[in-house]
Amino acid sequence: MTTTLAPLSIDSIRSSLVARESTAADIAEDCLARIARDDDRIHAYLSVDRDYALAQAAKIDALAASGQPLPKLAGVPIGIKDVLTLEGFPATAGSKILEGYCPPYTATAVRRLAEAGAVFPGKLNCDEFAMGSSNENSAYGPVHNPHALDRVPGGSSGGSAAAVAAGMAVASLGTDTGGSIRQPASFCGVVGVLPTYGRVSRYGLIAFASSLDRIGPFATNVRDAATVLGVIAGHDRMDATSSPLPVPDYAAEIDKGVAGMKLGVPAEYFAEGLDPEVRSAIEDGIERLRAAGAEIRKISLPHTRYAIPTYYVIATAEASSNLARFDGVRYGFRAPQSDTLAAMYRRTRDLGFGAEVKRRILLGTYVLSHGYYDAFYRKAQQVRRLLTDDFLAAFREVDAIVTPTAPTPAFKIGEKSDDPVAMYLADIYTVTASLAGICGLSVPCGASRDGLPIGMQILGRHFDEATIFRVGQALETLQKD
Amino acid sequence: MPNAERVSLEDVQRVAELAHLELEPDEASHMRRDLNAILDYVAQLTELDTANVAPMAQVSEVLAAAGEAPPVESQVLRADEVRPCLDRDKVMASAPETDSVYFKVPKVIER
Repeated sequence: MTTTLAPLSIDSIRSSLVARESTAADIAEDCLARIARDDDRIHAYLSVDRDYALAQAAKIDALAASGQPLPKLAGVPIGIKDVLTLEGFPATAGSKILEGYCPPYTATAVRRLAEAGAVFPGKLNCDEFAMGSSNENSAYGPVHNPHALDRVPGGSSGGSAAAVAAGMAVASLGTDTGGSIRQPASFCGVVGVLPTYGRVSRYGLIAFASSLDRIGPFATNVRDAATVLGVIAGHDRMDATSSPLPVPDYAAEIDKGVAGMKLGVPAEYFAEGLDPEVRSAIEDGIERLRAAGAEIRKISLPHTRYAIPTYYVIATAEASSNLARFDGVRYGFRAPQSDTLAAMYRRTRDLGFGAEVKRRILLGTYVLSHGYYDAFYRKAQQVRRLLTDDFLAAFREVDAIVTPTAPTPAFKIGEKSDDPVAMYLADIYTVTASLAGICGLSVPCGASRDGLPIGMQILGRHFDEATIFRVGQALETLQKD
Repeated sequence: MPNAERVSLEDVQRVAELAHLELEPDEASHMRRDLNAILDYVAQLTELDTANVAPMAQVSEVLAAAGEAPPVESQVLRADEVRPCLDRDKVMASAPETDSVYFKVPKVIER
């Protein structure tokens, strides 16, 4: 198993269904067969529901047989990260504390996929509560990178990236709080989208850090990723932070190319710590965009080096508050045989949470506690504004910003698992966009000598996903030449 | 290790208590080491002068203030209307212990 990409795209599925060359049931069966054949080695799926997927496919085939128009994602197998709810299905968030929990409601993004005719093979593995950069923090075991099984797929949406890379889904949903879609997309050689904060409703997302959490798609190509985002985006009254802005038709703009576009290259993202092979792959990609007519401008985002410390204060503070709800009362696991309520809370949380989740809860509680709030939490919120202002200033000069997605290709399983700070640095190029709320995309851009994928990150203005899709589509096309 | 005493074992235990976490003794000393390493790294934020910078809680407020995006519902109140909510039976079915109307828990007050 190496670089077998799914031969299917959303467009090819649609045309084969319309021409009656294949059925949604065939496509679902093929996807389920790949999971049965390959997922023992990759471990991308935490649960698979064959009957449900085939029932969804049968509905599409009935529509096609009656000659009715097919919805946008008819028959497309799409995997769902296990932090998103689908009524009646397990939603573990990669944690023991939610073992056995089947939520009584469906996330808005998942519901919109279902309404658009998607078929759900199952729920995808991830770091516990989306906390991690390698998928090694899943309570149900790590995911293996389909390009090199001894390496991590990235995290936290490692299962979502690996499933698409291995053809065990045509697209998937992940979530990104500090890089959890873009970094695994880079490591697994697929496309991953961080939509603007507010673009996609978070209703039904098991919260990690509410001011940062976003839901976005993975796909094998930019056009499919844009199509899926178009389906899940848009206002939702169940999420008071979802934006009322209309969602443009991304596909209509996507082939317009980069001629005349101004692309910024921030010096801070090409400094110490960047792997030389990643540097050369990204510089090569930038040269191709220049040759295609883009104007490349050197820019500066001067506060970049403060992004990781800022992120780890804000994200853990919000996590310590969000994860207070896991107390053994309303859902999931409860530690047996506790005499008092307080003891039951403590035992449940001690047995239910893994080490990284506890570390982040403790850190978050510490930075919010009396005497440290101003020094850490308030300070980080102030630096968050400086980081956001860096981007707002840059976007007055350029239309999009191009950088490496991650400082290295996929690292080995176990390589960083004992050093939290080293692990956090895997997100050094992605957390800035998370803090600023802007949109971003990781697109495959070459490979290392060992054949490990490298991704280019394309960052855009708030609510300007259309521009980054154009750049991504241009890069993807130029790679094929 | 620079500034290794930033977080003491007692601090770890105090924070664990606030967060309703029970830590084994070796777990607590492990966490102490990690928290010190992370907070030493975070300490570089003190290099920045932020005296005149307003804290930013999330991005919608920045965009609405700059006129770059319309406000979201968390910034404007909506009508207070009764709307359907989740079915109680479905919700209670997910809980470890209920009498189908209330969640059941161990005793709250020790005598």
